[in-house]
Amino acid sequence: MLMAFDTLTASLRERFGSDSFTTSEFRANRRVHVKPDRLVAFLKYFKDEAGFDMLAELTAVDYLRYPGAQNRFGVIYVLLNTASGERIYVKTSLNEAELTLPSAFPLWKSADWLEREVYDMYGIVFEGHPDLRRILLPEAFTSFPLRKDYPLRGKGERHNFPVITRAES
Amino acid sequence: MALDLPENVVLTKLDQLANWVRANSLWPMPFATACCGIELMATGASKHDIARFGAEVMRFSPRQCDLMIVAGRVVMKMLPVLQRIWLQMPEPKWCISMGACASSGGVFDTYAVVQGVDRFIPVDLYVPGCPPRPEQLLQSIIDLQNMVIKKTGTLLGKEFSQRTAPDGPRPNTLLPADVTVAPGDYTKTQRLSLN
Repeated sequence: MLMAFDTLTASLRERFGSDSFTTSEFRANRRVHVKPDRLVAFLKYFKDEAGFDMLAELTAVDYLRYPGAQNRFGVIYVLLNTASGERIYVKTSLNEAELTLPSAFPLWKSADWLEREVYDMYGIVFEGHPDLRRILLPEAFTSFPLRKDYPLRGKGERHNFPVITRAES
Repeated sequence: MALDLPENVVLTKLDQLANWVRANSLWPMPFATACCGIELMATGASKHDIARFGAEVMRFSPRQCDLMIVAGRVVMKMLPVLQRIWLQMPEPKWCISMGACASSGGVFDTYAVVQGVDRFIPVDLYVPGCPPRPEQLLQSIIDLQNMVIKKTGTLLGKEFSQRTAPDGPRPNTLLPADVTVAPGDYTKTQRLSLN
């Protein structure tokens, strides 16, 4: 039985206060926007009391030069209730100089690689992550390529290798 | 006095004999990273049958190979692997860059994809196509055999010592905004020399 979004927001309002979050909805896509400092409390509530027992996806968006955007980065947690099949999208916003979030790893083990990927591509640091290092790009890479201010063709990293000639090989 | 040769004896130079043997038993190293690898497999399968040209012995150990077929795009994390495998192959060895991605980066003009493996390892033959048909790959094997017999190849491989520069096109000049590279800190240090 799917819990109606209204019921969920009502229980959230009762628990956290009506000014601690906002909601938006598009078709079956139900979002809860929270402040970064309340994030863990919300995630814990969704996991322990609302039955969202699986972190299905964790990703980020760079809203640089996005029309009407208030904040630079958005981090999105897609939670899944494996009993009822319903999903909820928890969104939080971050701005430069304060790009840290508490890790969701203590709640869901699936946050391990997902947080590493977000760190790899956007440079968002998850405090409390057991092993936060790059997951896809080489260790020596220092840029965060999915940021919108990073050039599409890179900064020349792809051509920074020794050239092997016939005489050497 | 004319030497009376038996029917099954051929007189030739040792170099030419070596080339003839090498050309007709190329052992490929299939460096297949993308969809070109599927065409490479089709080339090896019964319909196109690369064995007709003596190149069917795909070896997955570079120590046993003398022809590297780079089939597919190579990203910057894979390139050190490619170079290491190339260095592990014993001389004499040749390289075919198969398909648009291996030859030029193809449509993947992005930060992580190497724009042509010929910038970093020597390439003898380029096969165009996305991906190339097996017939094209077979033609490249035939062309390579002609190269081995006619253009390169001495018994001791001394022709290779004259090739000290990479053969491929030079990389495009980067815009000043793109020029910030060195291992470790890409943001502060100077780009390494391309030569």
